[in-house]
Amino acid sequence: MKILNCPINGPRPIQEFHYGGEVRSLPDSATVTDAEWADYVFHRAGEPGVKREWWYHLASGTWFVAERDNRSDEILRTYLYAAEARHE
Amino acid sequence: MPHRLLKFALRKQYPEERMFRAPTELRDEYDVVIIGGGGHGLAAAYYLAKDHGITNVAVLEKGYIGSGGTGRNTAIIRSNYLTREGANFYQASVDLFQDLSRELNLNLFYSERGHFTLAHSPASLRTQRWRAEVNKHLGIDSEVVGPEFIKKTVPELDLSCGGHQAPVVGALYHPPGAIARHDAVAWGYARGADQRGVEIHQKTAVTDIEVRDGQVAGVHTDKGFIKTRKVLSAVAGWTTSITERVGLRTPLVIHPLQALVTEPLKPWLHSIVVSASLHTYVSQSSRGELVAGASLDPYELISMRSTLDFAETMSGHLLDLFPFLGDIKILRQWAGLCDMTPDFSPIMGTTPIGGFYIDAGWGTWGFKATPISGKTMAATVCEDHDHPLITAFNLSRFERFELVGEKGAASVGH
Ligand SMILES: Cc1cc2nc3c(=O)[nH]c(=O)nc-3n(C[C@H](O)[C@H](O)[C@H](O)COP(=O)(O)OP(=O)(O)OC[C@H]3O[C@@H](n4cnc5c(N)ncnc54)[C@H](O)[C@@H]3O)c2cc1C
Repeated sequence: MKILNCPINGPRPIQEFHYGGEVRSLPDSATVTDAEWADYVFHRAGEPGVKREWWYHLASGTWFVAERDNRSDEILRTYLYAAEARHE
Repeated sequence: MPHRLLKFALRKQYPEERMFRAPTELRDEYDVVIIGGGGHGLAAAYYLAKDHGITNVAVLEKGYIGSGGTGRNTAIIRSNYLTREGANFYQASVDLFQDLSRELNLNLFYSERGHFTLAHSPASLRTQRWRAEVNKHLGIDSEVVGPEFIKKTVPELDLSCGGHQAPVVGALYHPPGAIARHDAVAWGYARGADQRGVEIHQKTAVTDIEVRDGQVAGVHTDKGFIKTRKVLSAVAGWTTSITERVGLRTPLVIHPLQALVTEPLKPWLHSIVVSASLHTYVSQSSRGELVAGASLDPYELISMRSTLDFAETMSGHLLDLFPFLGDIKILRQWAGLCDMTPDFSPIMGTTPIGGFYIDAGWGTWGFKATPISGKTMAATVCEDHDHPLITAFNLSRFERFELVGEKGAASVGH
């Protein structure tokens, strides 16, 4: 069974989680061009490797970030987005 | 017959010719280099040679031919799609498939079975009716049928799903729905291309693509550099590592998709049965095995590992539909990579990079498209202009917000 470490609830089976896709920053809607907006809406980082991704713990309603290698499925680190943002 | 077989077995030399040559050296230069020896790459090579007389072509395959999605799919072929662009495109593929064994002189075991997409709710019946109407309008044999018809055609099916799932209330029925022997499709195209002069290089991986002033100049492989001005990327689940080499952004996200076969049984299931609600599609192969597949794995992963989760869920859903399979054993299970697009339509044709052509976005639905994608991509590469059947599938559709929404027909409806 695959285990994911929820920053709030600790190690839980991966069936308790929902995958939310790549972490991306929203372009400024006041200045964004159509092409940049289309790129944001549709295109994704293609290079296989370690990705920052949104994950959601269904049972407790916790969104958090996981760093995961999408070739080996190895999860390197999980943390709350807010906690990390404060340190940046 | 036994006598011939015995003689065959006792021959010192293998009496049959190999399917295709195994060239050892790469040439310095090709007119076209095709990356990926799946069905799509090989079909494109075949039609480049056959339809356009372009034979100085190399197909580069990092493993062996058919080792990707081509040899891993559940081999369902149909054309009952939801959009006009999709339905016309897949119907053109079915038309080619119906004559392909003869054309390639190889028995592809193409077998028309009739394809049911079960509806377990009025909402899903509504989508089926929509699809049926689009299909009929385009001359595709497709209709909505009620539970009595399903029960008569597939008497083993438990319409009530044992009370574990919502009962079956109807289905979209597509009589020409078929299955075929998928690896034979790759071999047939490979042999046909090879006979016309195309070189197929297995165990040869493309590592980079040389672009000068917006125009392809060559490809780097693990066996050296090759000059070429035209490259067709036909690597499905590996597309993102190729497009990154030329700086092309795509919406592709790669997920594994899993399937299994059971031990062989006497023939009992003639039809192909699909249930989107149960994420299940199942047919019986000519060898008697039940071939069944599920929906996509729930998160992105570029790895072909299979899981116990899948075997458990898949078995459960098979039993919901066919309870008498309780004692039947699973023989093998495996996974393949699916390059998913947001609108469930492929990405095909020219790109902003001169001489770089893309055939991708085949997700869970690309096997059935093998002949037509080969034919239209060959024309596109030859003329440097998108073939009319594929213009709607160009990568630029995302910039223009002109998606071709096939979700209702492609997501689990193999
Ligand atoms: C379990 C499963 C069930 C499916 N069921 C169906 C179905 O019922 N009906 C249907 O229509 N579709 C189905 N599909 C989808 C279908 O299998 C694929 O869309 C189709 O096979 C894609 O064919 P292809 O030739 O484009 O790619 P592939 O067959 O994947 O070939 C790509 C090739 O490129 C090679 N390659 C990759 N990178 C490189 C490189 N750098 N250099 C050289 N070579 C490289 C790979 O080794 C591979 O052989 C299913 C898929 C799966 C996984």
